[in-house]
Amino acid sequence: MLNLLKKFAKRYRLFLITAVVVGFVSLINVEVGKQTLNISVFQLKQMLLIVPPIFVLLGLLDVWIPRETMVKYMGEGSGLKGILLSFIIAAAAAGPLYGAFPVAAVFMKKGIKFTNLLIFIGTWSTMKIPTLLFEASSLGVKFTLTRFILNIPGIILIAFALAKLIPKNEVEEIYQNAEKLEL
Amino acid sequence: MDTYIFYGIAMVFLTISFRKDKGKTRIALKKAWKSFENLLPQLFSVLLIVGLMLSVMNADVISKIIGGDSGLVGVAIAAVVGAITLIPPYVAFPTAAMLLQNGAGYMQIGTFVSALMMVGIATMPVEIKYFGKKMTILRNVCAFIFSFFVGFIIKLVVG
Repeated sequence: MLNLLKKFAKRYRLFLITAVVVGFVSLINVEVGKQTLNISVFQLKQMLLIVPPIFVLLGLLDVWIPRETMVKYMGEGSGLKGILLSFIIAAAAAGPLYGAFPVAAVFMKKGIKFTNLLIFIGTWSTMKIPTLLFEASSLGVKFTLTRFILNIPGIILIAFALAKLIPKNEVEEIYQNAEKLEL
Repeated sequence: MDTYIFYGIAMVFLTISFRKDKGKTRIALKKAWKSFENLLPQLFSVLLIVGLMLSVMNADVISKIIGGDSGLVGVAIAAVVGAITLIPPYVAFPTAAMLLQNGAGYMQIGTFVSALMMVGIATMPVEIKYFGKKMTILRNVCAFIFSFFVGFIIKLVVG
C-alpha cells in the first residue's frame, strides 16, 4: 500500500506540485482558482473527445505495420518519399501537439529517420489541415497561406538544423528511450 | 466535425483488424491504452498549467500588451506569450482575429500565432519525457526564432 502510494506520488509529482500552486493561487484569488478549474476540466473533456482515435490508430499501426515497411518508406534512405510521407501523415492528423509524441515514439520504434521524425513533429505542431481551415476562416486565406508556404521550408530547415546540432549517439539514446516507453 | 472523421477512420481500421486477427487487435488496443495511460501524469499537469494561464491571460490582457503601436517590444512580448501559453485552436484563432480588430499589428499576430503553435513551454514536461531535455529545448528554441521570421513576412505580405 505504502509502496503503491510512493509510486503514485513519484509518477504524479509534477501534477501534485501544480495542484499545490493552483491551490495557493486560489487562496489569494478565489475567482482565478475557480476559473482555472473550470478551464482545466473543459480542456480535459475536449481532450478525451479528440484523443481516443489517435491512440487506437497508433496501437493498430504498432501491431500491423512491420518495422521493415516503415524503414523502407520513412527510414534512412527513404529520401524525398520519406519527407513527403512525414508531411502528409502529420498534416492529416488531429489533436494537440502532445498527441504527436506517442505517435512519434512508435515511429522511432519502427525505425523512422531522425529528420523525418522532426518534420513529422513540426508539421503536426503547425500545419494540420483541420486547423488550417479554421485559421483561414478566422484570420483570412492570405494570412494562412503565407504561414503555410513559410512553414514548409521552415520545418525542413529546423529538422536538418536539429539533426546537425544533436550528435549521433544522443539521437540513438533518444531512440532507445522510446523503445523503453511502455507501448 | 473533423473529430468524428477520426472516429470513423479508427472504427474502420479497428473492424478490419478485428476480422483479420482478434488477438493482434486485442494487443493493439492494449498498447493504445498503455500509451495513453503513460501520458496521463504529465497531461494532468499540463491541463492545470493551461487552465491557470488562460484564467489570467484573457484576450483583454493580451491585446493590451501586443497592440499595434507596441513595435518590436510588442513582437517580442507576442512571441513570449505565444510560447508559454497553450491555447486550443478554436480559442486561439478567433482571439487572434479579435486582437487584430482591436488594433494589434500583423507582425505581432503572425509571431504570436506561429509561436503559439510551434513552441510549447507548457507541454515541455511531456516532450522531455519522449525526447529528452536537449532535443526538446533545441526544438523549441529553433521554433521560437522561426516565429519572428514568420511575423516579419506576414507583415510584409498581409499587413
